[in-house]
Parts: sequence; structure tokens; C-alpha cells
Amino acid sequence: MTTGLWQRLHRQRVPLLWWTSRRTYLLFVLRELTSVAVVWFVVYLLLLVRAVGAGPGEYERFLDWSARPWMVAINALALALAVLHTITWFMVTPQAMVLKVRGHRVPGLVLAGALYVAWFAVSAVILLLVLS
Amino acid sequence: MKEITLRVFRYRPETEAEPTFQEYAVPLRDDWAVLDALNYVKEEIDPTLSYRWSCRMGICGSCGMTVNGDPKLSCGTFLVDHAPGPITVEPLRNFPVIRDLVIEMTDFMQKLGAVQPWIIRDESDDDPHTELLQTPSEMDDYKRYSMCINCMLCYSACPVYGLDSKFIGPAAIALAQRYNLDSRDEGQEERLDVLSDDEGVWGCTFVGECTRACPKGVDPAGAIQRAKLIAANEAVKAFLLPRWVR
Repeated sequence: MTTGLWQRLHRQRVPLLWWTSRRTYLLFVLRELTSVAVVWFVVYLLLLVRAVGAGPGEYERFLDWSARPWMVAINALALALAVLHTITWFMVTPQAMVLKVRGHRVPGLVLAGALYVAWFAVSAVILLLVLS
Repeated sequence: MKEITLRVFRYRPETEAEPTFQEYAVPLRDDWAVLDALNYVKEEIDPTLSYRWSCRMGICGSCGMTVNGDPKLSCGTFLVDHAPGPITVEPLRNFPVIRDLVIEMTDFMQKLGAVQPWIIRDESDDDPHTELLQTPSEMDDYKRYSMCINCMLCYSACPVYGLDSKFIGPAAIALAQRYNLDSRDEGQEERLDVLSDDEGVWGCTFVGECTRACPKGVDPAGAIQRAKLIAANEAVKAFLLPRWVR
């Protein structure tokens, strides 16, 4: 008796650690995982808003809590992950975004450059607000 | 003459339950691609080796294989670039293997047909003696995507397709976009059902490896993100606007 083609096919399996096999796969997984840091900052901001709304005492307690070494460490780590998240997204944005000026597509480098300029400008404004 | 070792994936289902690797020593010639070396093996050493090829010039898309771990057209991958070797040659990943380096491609062909990669147009109002003209800018919109040769290297590079073969995949979406962005085409709505499905554009997580693997510079990852924008726009319009306004 002959065996059908479908029964004789060799099925290739994707290895469990497929994302370690290539730098680009690893960057992709890091980009996705580091979104957790963005979620953390949203939660942190909401906690800050709640503390401000609850009055000066609650706000002082929030500041004390934020100044604890383990909270500073968490926020420093989250900042590093959020920066990585942002950069990995900025790397792929020109591919996804087709912007045309006078019928010509804006080059990817210009688009990415504009994103970085906007990012640094917003960061500078926030820094000025915090320091003033 | 110098030699280089080819380490070739062998699967002979009539005699072996599992694949093996077989090594062949081939001449290391400056002008030989991996395909030339495979042809040398077939003609001079082992006529039982099976693989697909046709044009030898990167046009037909038949000779896609995994060369040293990367999806490549074997006709455009030169031995000297991988010297001193060995060069490992395997079938394209993410596809079932029929024999040696020959993969089963029915799934891809069905997906390709599902996106209707041809111009859909109500021709009843067209004058048959008048050309449908396009500006260079209109042609630029889709020209890149029209270079696809259906070589399936992008499917081999795509981890999403590897993990979930229901995903319609990079080339099919890029080809759908090739027609969606063509000013002569009116079939965007017909293709949207397939593209906006969970297994359509939304299955893509934008790894971007399909674009890096493409030997013709098609940029399927970019095409998919643009298709996502169209699908999202249409979904918002369908939610907010009455049918006669859309």
C-alpha cells in the first residue's frame, strides 16, 4: 500500500527559543516586552494624579514613597526599557508611515530624524518645567 | 582547484523517517552560486538530490532555500561569499518538506488566490479604445510591491507564519496592496474581507524580517502596515458613517 503525500511530509518545527536565533527577532521581542515599562509609567502617573487630588499630605507621602531606593531603581530600569521601546519603534516607523510632500515620499531618515527632534523637544520642555 | 563543502538537508520519505544531512565537496569557483553547486552535485555526484530551480537569474522565484540559516535565492547566493565553508543548505523554513530541498507550497498558492491579485474593475463605463493612464507618482505608489516573484522567502523569514500557518502572510498582503494602491483598481473593498480578518493584516506583529529577506526589495512589512491603516480607516468609517456617505 502506498502512503499519501500528506502523510509523508516532513513538518519543520519552530524551536522554542526561535527569538534568540537572530538579532532582529530578539530586537522585536524586546520591543514588545518593553511595552510593560510604558504601562508602568501610565500607572505611576495615575498614582501621582490620585495623590495630588487627595491633598498635600497624600502628595508628600507619594514623594517619600517615590524617593525610596527600590522605587528609584524600578523607575530607572523602566526609563531604560521605555527608551529602548521608543528607539525600536522609531527604527520601524519610516517603514510603516508613508508621508508625501508635493507627490514625493519623504525619505525614511528625514522622518526618523523628525521623530527624534520632536522627542527631544518635548523632553526638554518637561525638563524645563521640572527644574523651574 | 579549491573545493568547498556543501552540507545538504536530505529527506527521502520512502527510506527514512527523519531527515539527515549529506556532505558534498564541490569546486569553489568565483562565478558559482549555491544553485550551480547543487547542479554540479546532481550531475556529477548524486542524481537523487531533489530541489526546484528554473531561470538562474532571480526572476522565477523557484530556487528559494535556507543557506547558512538565511532564506535566500540559491541562484543569487555565491559560494565565495561563504568560503571557506561548509555551506549548510536546507529547505525554506515554515513549510512542510516533500523531499530534500523541495517544499509543499499549496498553502501559499491558496492564500495568494484569496487576495485576488489582479485588477478588479467595473469596465462597463470604460471606453475600450482609451488607455487608463497613470501619473508617475500614481505608479510609484504600488510599483515596489509589483516586483514580488512569489519566491516565499518572506514566509520562511516570518516567525508569525511559522507559529501560526493560518496567517495569510507577507507576500499575499504585499500583492493585495500592489492592486489596492493601483489607481486603475476598484477591488479594495473585495480584498478587505480577507485582509482585515484576524489572520490577515492584524496577524502581523511587525517583526520586519520579511522585508530584509526579500530579494527584490518589495518591503512586505511596509505594505502590511499600510494595509492596517486602510483596514482601520474602513472600520472607523463603517462604525461612524451611514453606508451612502462612505
